[in-house]
Amino acid sequence: MSSVTTLKYTLQLADNVLIMGQRLAALCGKGPILEQDIALTNISLDQIGQARSLYQYAATIVNNMSVADKAQLFNAPLLQEKINNKLSITEDDLAYLRDAWDYRNCLLVEQENGDWAYTVARSFFFDRFQYLLYTAMLKSTDSTLAAIAEKSLKEVQYHIKWASEWVIRLGDGTDISKEKMQQALQARWEYTGEMFTMNELEKEAYNIGIGVDVSQLQQTYQQQIETIVQEAGLQMPTAAWMQTGGKNGVHTEHLGYILAEMQYLQRAYPNMEW
Amino acid sequence: MITVDNCWTYLDEVADPEVPVLSIIDLGIVRDLFVDSAIGSVRVVITPTYSGCPAMDVIAMQIRMCLLSKGAKQVLVENQISPSWTTDWMTERGKEKLEAYGIAPPKRKSSNPLALFEEDTVTCPKCKSDDTVLTSQFGATSCKALYKCNHCKEPFEHFKCH
Repeated sequence: MSSVTTLKYTLQLADNVLIMGQRLAALCGKGPILEQDIALTNISLDQIGQARSLYQYAATIVNNMSVADKAQLFNAPLLQEKINNKLSITEDDLAYLRDAWDYRNCLLVEQENGDWAYTVARSFFFDRFQYLLYTAMLKSTDSTLAAIAEKSLKEVQYHIKWASEWVIRLGDGTDISKEKMQQALQARWEYTGEMFTMNELEKEAYNIGIGVDVSQLQQTYQQQIETIVQEAGLQMPTAAWMQTGGKNGVHTEHLGYILAEMQYLQRAYPNMEW
Repeated sequence: MITVDNCWTYLDEVADPEVPVLSIIDLGIVRDLFVDSAIGSVRVVITPTYSGCPAMDVIAMQIRMCLLSKGAKQVLVENQISPSWTTDWMTERGKEKLEAYGIAPPKRKSSNPLALFEEDTVTCPKCKSDDTVLTSQFGATSCKALYKCNHCKEPFEHFKCH
């Protein structure tokens, strides 16, 4: 059923930007200097904003489904309860009431902030992917996804520029900054392969015309990453093995901690509003 | 009596909560207005500037309050994100107000604004010098960057071209 595919695909897109945004938001007030603190939180705000648009759309899809179809969608008990009680669900329900195994974000975005080089490397790898993904998604036959891609693309350009400049600045800086940047690129690279490996959901979404064939983006991605890495005077990272799992709900231990903090209020005080 | 024409005028009284010198009409975020005068219902279509702009929720509430206080019986505010908002939609009057307020308005002068380590040339809103330098691409709100003037030494905000 195509609306189920659209829903799940939209949630996967949303989970990526929400978790990335949540990771960067944790640096609010902890940036190395004021301007970079503000930069991180601005990027985080854009990403959480994109996640909101996507979760709002996902909620609309769920609310328009028949009662029988809705009942099959989620395992998360609190979400299931709302649906059983014939309540409409909201963007917040999707973000706060699903568990780690329901989340479909890639492993890269849930990785820890680490030091400055690690934070930069993760954004550098993710933002470049988002740029290619959203560009391809402009052609989605789903007009809402295409519109969200169009809007987000303008924001991602600032993110790419920020991350790329930092990779170059650190790579082309002191011996220590160069070494740290190289180390961070190398450590995070093994999480990039997953973004380009099509899972069943992505194949289905691509076949019905709403989704993107991410495997086709990989070559361009590598070239674009390599251009910046060379400009920075660094070595292109390598990986004998690419980690996978997040897109199928099998996460690293980090995601549980992120959700524990992010979802605490709704779990402790259900339906609480500001 | 609620009509399309006077609704546009009323909405010019709704200020952007982050940049209060601008009305939402100046910003160019009101995309469409549908009025049913007989029953006093208004549907306002707005567009977000940035996806995560927290001002949007406040703006939607202010639109409702403004039109209800002018006699509308029912106000519906809808979000439309495509085509996505651009600073080209900001009115000339809005850009003048911004500059008078001390924020450099969006005016594109560079050919490739997203080239690495290159920035738009931005004119200082206070002394009008072009000898300015970017301190951060990201400012107190999503729509603004931070600059410093080398001539008058004043820091200032720039409403980014978007």
